[in-house]
Amino acid sequence: MAASIPEYREIGFSQQIKNLKVITSNSTTFETETKTMAAHTLNPDSWVDAYADYLFNYAIGRVSDGEVAKDLVQETFFAGLKSAKNFKGEAAERTWLIAILKRKVIDHYRKSNSKKGKAEVRMSYSTSSDAEGDWLEERVADPSSLLENDAVENEELGLAIQDCIGKLPRKQGKVFTMKTIQGISTEDICKELDINPSNLWVMIHRARTALMGCLNQNWFST
Amino acid sequence: MISCEKAALICNKAQYREASFMEKMKLRFHLFICKTCSKFTKQNTEFTSICDKANLQSLSEQQKEEMKKQLHSES
Repeated sequence: MAASIPEYREIGFSQQIKNLKVITSNSTTFETETKTMAAHTLNPDSWVDAYADYLFNYAIGRVSDGEVAKDLVQETFFAGLKSAKNFKGEAAERTWLIAILKRKVIDHYRKSNSKKGKAEVRMSYSTSSDAEGDWLEERVADPSSLLENDAVENEELGLAIQDCIGKLPRKQGKVFTMKTIQGISTEDICKELDINPSNLWVMIHRARTALMGCLNQNWFST
Repeated sequence: MISCEKAALICNKAQYREASFMEKMKLRFHLFICKTCSKFTKQNTEFTSICDKANLQSLSEQQKEEMKKQLHSES
């Protein structure tokens, strides 16, 4: 175990926490710091806050099971920790984590295949038994149907939004996520975060305005 | 007559279906005479439908805390 402890541990945990506070209090320093920081200064503590939702969205688009997706994200963080010393700082942290997650998704499907004792990948093209024996050619997607493209596009859109949420000040992002994605009631959010409703609506307003601007820049312009 | 700030607040509430009937009427009336707020309301509503379409998912704060704990115990 001792050998596999990543180098970033060397500067001590309390120092890490200090770094973290400085970094999260100012998102612009975060970017410059991650660029200049080498492998030994990866910030696993901030990973969960910064990337968990992004990775989760990515995973759930591929395994379509919340529980499994959550486990895959967790495994990704573990693997990231273990191989933190291999992180060369060439790619952004998130890109690097996504690369690990991709492997995890593949592994997941390998495992679930071997569990069922399958020696090969079998695809069932049809779920209804009365269509059995029909020609595959008849099942070719209607080219005028854009459903598939929509699904892909919606996933990319989801990731773009998550990306933008990640750029918001921490508390704004949290409030927006709780309200919009998790659909928690105003009352419950106020209780949990100890704020009053007018505070909440101000934060929601700022978050929404910022997100619209961010999406306009990153999504609709390309 | 309501202010633009108030109109924006009601508009945001309306995105989460939390605006009362009276509030919505006030907003409607304001939008008749205020171009800026009309534009904002249109964009805000579009943004809501984009969010719906994107099928956003997220982990709860509790799940994230658990993740952090497990990461600490591992490292």
